[in-house]
Amino acid sequence: MSGRAFRLERVSRRFGEVEVLRELSLDIACGEFVAVVGPSGCGKTTLLNLLSGHDRSSSGSIAREGRERMVYQQDGLFPWQTVRENIALGLRDLKDPAERARQLSDLIELIRLEGFENHYPHQLSGGMRQRVELARALAGNSETLLMDEPFSALDYLARIRMRHELARILHHRPRTVVLVTHDIEEAAQLADRVVVLTERPAQIRCELAIHQPRPRGLTDPEVVRATDRLLVELGIDGDASRQTSTNYKE
Amino acid sequence: MSQRRLNVRSILLPVAVFAAALALWDGVSRAGFFDKSALPAPAAVILAFGQEIRSGRMFNDLVTSLFRVTVGFLIAVLLGIPLGLWMGQKLAARTAFLPLLNFLRNLSPLAWMPFAILWFGVGDASAIFLICLSAFFPVVLATMAAVANIPAVYFRVAETYGLRGFEKLVQVTIPAIMPQLITMLRVSAGLCWLVVVAAEMIAGRDGLGFAVMDSRNGLRMDLLVAEMVVIGVIGVVLDRVLERLSRIPSVRWGYER
Repeated sequence: MSGRAFRLERVSRRFGEVEVLRELSLDIACGEFVAVVGPSGCGKTTLLNLLSGHDRSSSGSIAREGRERMVYQQDGLFPWQTVRENIALGLRDLKDPAERARQLSDLIELIRLEGFENHYPHQLSGGMRQRVELARALAGNSETLLMDEPFSALDYLARIRMRHELARILHHRPRTVVLVTHDIEEAAQLADRVVVLTERPAQIRCELAIHQPRPRGLTDPEVVRATDRLLVELGIDGDASRQTSTNYKE
Repeated sequence: MSQRRLNVRSILLPVAVFAAALALWDGVSRAGFFDKSALPAPAAVILAFGQEIRSGRMFNDLVTSLFRVTVGFLIAVLLGIPLGLWMGQKLAARTAFLPLLNFLRNLSPLAWMPFAILWFGVGDASAIFLICLSAFFPVVLATMAAVANIPAVYFRVAETYGLRGFEKLVQVTIPAIMPQLITMLRVSAGLCWLVVVAAEMIAGRDGLGFAVMDSRNGLRMDLLVAEMVVIGVIGVVLDRVLERLSRIPSVRWGYER
């Protein structure tokens, strides 16, 4: 164990003429929760695809440690499989059926979906589906979760509820997490470190560490402060952010 | 309460429409616009129907036609689905074969009838060949299109969780297209039922299509209408049977989303 989940060194990605990522270097430690925010279309998902190995960089190197699993925005579950069957997909490597059954029921308990084991995804709410997706990704011996705007299809209240759920679940099952999101609050509330990307071609504009231990409330002073700072960095000049911006920009 | 009323209605309304259609038919035949031999009265048809049932001929024709449709349809499905699965996954195969398949699909299977008779003679084999042709191309094309349109995220998930080869086919590709597959089976079974009557009219010595032709030749329009009724009813029954497939729990997502 090197203690590092990912090391990106001067990674670039071009699609033909379009340069999406430019010489991006980033280290992610094991157990760290990193959120990636940036203007839409800036290459956040491309970065995630590079981390997952679904895409190759044009130049630079990517080192990864441990098994990573992707959590999708929506409909990543197989609609023809029940909650139980979908989660069991993550436990395929376990040979012992008794052990598999035990872990399966542990996971269902963890996401609080007891009684819904035999439901199909279309019979569940968006938040419940997202919890099943999370359980599938956590199952077995995965070490890293790659999340691509996992809660963006949910309504606002469900999204806030899911943040609490995610924090609670990660407390029980610690993982390295890379969360791509356009939701600044979400990043500030959940992450140990927020990486802000620039417009395309994306480079790291700044990194923001949030030291207060997780889980955090939406209105915790440090979360609010981090949200303000992120708004400034993204060039969204609200009232609150104009005040604080003077504190941060020397 | 309102659920119950809805159920009563869903029976009463169609029954009323059928009764009205029957009354209209009876009225027109009584009014004498047409000769009695050209438009038989409902009562005459019922009489002819009873006659045919007693003689057992209609039952034999029905079994013959159903046998041909079943065999032809099954062959078409067993050959067509694998070919469709293969073409759906391989862009090169689609590019190569799609124009030919589209051409053949738009060719009425009945145009093959002279060849069917030359190659297979008059009887079961000819009819089965024609039925098979009529279902095969729609089955291949629908399967292919369904596979080609499976959202890429399912295959990414399959890859992440180590589903490969046969497991991927059985756990991802086929379940992902099941709802469309079932719809396609219903449509093509209906097509087969249409074609078997036409095929037997020319290339048969028995079956419901032959019976229709035979009644015409004997100027027994009462008998012909009785046969038409049976053909229509069986067509509906076939569709209802296949519709049951869409009630399988693991395909409900395709109809409820």
